[in-house]
Amino acid sequence: MTFKVSPGPKLDINKANTHILPPFTLIEPGSLKELLEVKAKYGEKAAILAGGTDLLVKMKLRILEPEYVISLKKVRSELSGIRREGDEIVIGAATLLRDIELNDSIMRLAPALFDAVIVMGGVQIRNMGTIGGNLGNASPAADTAPPLLVHSASVKLLSTSGERIVPLEEFFTGPGRTVMRPDEIIYEVRLKALGKGCGSAFMKIARTAFDLAKISAAAMICVEDGVIKEAKVAVGSAAPTPVRARSAEDALVGKAPTPETFLEAGKAARNDISPIDDVRSTAWYRRRVIAPLLHDVLQKALGRIGV
Amino acid sequence: MGRFVSFTLNGKPVRVYVEDNEILLNTLRYKLGIKSAKYGCGIGECGACTVLVDGRAVLSCLTLTTEVEGKEVLTAEGLGTPERLHTIQKAFAEHAAVQCGYCTPGFVMTAAALLKENPNPSEEEVREYIRGNYCRCTGYYNIVKAILAAAKELSGEA
Ligand SMILES: Cc1cc2nc3c(=O)[nH]c(=O)nc-3n(C[C@H](O)[C@H](O)[C@H](O)COP(=O)(O)OP(=O)(O)OC[C@H]3O[C@@H](n4cnc5c(N)ncnc54)[C@H](O)[C@@H]3O)c2cc1C
Ligand code: FES
Ligand code: FES
Repeated sequence: MTFKVSPGPKLDINKANTHILPPFTLIEPGSLKELLEVKAKYGEKAAILAGGTDLLVKMKLRILEPEYVISLKKVRSELSGIRREGDEIVIGAATLLRDIELNDSIMRLAPALFDAVIVMGGVQIRNMGTIGGNLGNASPAADTAPPLLVHSASVKLLSTSGERIVPLEEFFTGPGRTVMRPDEIIYEVRLKALGKGCGSAFMKIARTAFDLAKISAAAMICVEDGVIKEAKVAVGSAAPTPVRARSAEDALVGKAPTPETFLEAGKAARNDISPIDDVRSTAWYRRRVIAPLLHDVLQKALGRIGV
Repeated sequence: MGRFVSFTLNGKPVRVYVEDNEILLNTLRYKLGIKSAKYGCGIGECGACTVLVDGRAVLSCLTLTTEVEGKEVLTAEGLGTPERLHTIQKAFAEHAAVQCGYCTPGFVMTAAALLKENPNPSEEEVREYIRGNYCRCTGYYNIVKAILAAAKELSGEA
């Protein structure tokens, strides 16, 4: 008896894996001007490719199928870098998460942001992913968002019709949604450096070291003569967007920085969030854990004052 | 649509025609004879496709081939050969850090990036650095041991 061996279908390289990219036309603008022109021309039909760690995953999973992909490859140097401008730190949109982690002024001047980038993905993801991509993707779990919120960050958007600066608090409008127009790109992120007598920190609770947050929180507090003078608190993965926790902030200002104050502030933050049940956690858990989480992150921020 | 892309692969210049939507992992495996980088998950979760681009560990399953134009790509084939294994590769073999082996090239490349940045990592630093690489066989213990041993040998302490 003979077996007939089927030669099998000819291997199409782009179908060799189960997660393949849908087809698109690649555009690689060579200058910032050209980038803005193609973004203005193709608008919603085009997606910007920075590190691709969100975009290409979404395309492979067919959540997004843009007709055009605009690579930042040739304009990277113009869009990357970390510099100081007065009391602000300016970070180019295409700056790699890993370069934020390795920059020692971030550890000193925005420790909450340092805490966040070092827990994002693995080293490969941080070698690819950018801060602009983290914000542009607009996940409620975006780890750079809570630290940037407590450091009073704003986002500079650019288009052929000019620039505008949007406070980060007004930037996100829902899961995956922002105030960015289809012709706009994120140019840079500006945040306030830590002032004297202030400390900041970020923590996240996740299933594994590698996972997206079930819930995360950042805090920035300034203490003078044993009293909290200024407080900013922000929470991730507990509302449709990363949010400021104003009730927690109100519960802190004017009080002594004690564990009791911090726990009360944590409980107050329950008024600021609207958590849901999803694949990573439940609303019930998030409501409970926010109090001890804020206690811990405030304690960590306090410990950094003056160091 | 497609285009030609030129880059350095394991020290040698290559020029290859790729589709716009072609990922580096596929170009390496199906056009350039590289078999070390593996397709595990395809969506950034497992690290089996890790290669070095300009010395940094990245995921070739989430990199468009066009993005490495003009860059240096290093895979396990370029690190060492079966006749002349790199110290890290030898350490993986000697410490039984390999069971099925599917994850191994990814770990080896991540370890190569680590030891270049930090020649004397602590166990904790090793574990931290390899957290984006999954192994479903070994339980990581021997992988960590192998990387620490390779670090010692490379820095002349062994
Ligand atoms: C395995 C894995 C683990 C991860 N872990 C984490 C984690 O722990 N925490 C976390 O927060 N995220 C995590 N992520 C998500 C992702 O890595 C980050 O959000 C990263 O910062 C995205 O940056 P990118 O440059 O890769 O973005 P891209 O994928 O290139 O872009 C993301 C989105 O932003 C848009 N965009 C990018 N740059 C600009 C710009 N300059 N102007 C306008 N729009 C722009 C893109 O069009 C796209 O819609 C993880 C992803 C993976 C695959
Ligand atoms: S195949 Fe690239 S991370 Fe899994
Ligand atoms: S040895 Fe089998 S997955 Fe690591």
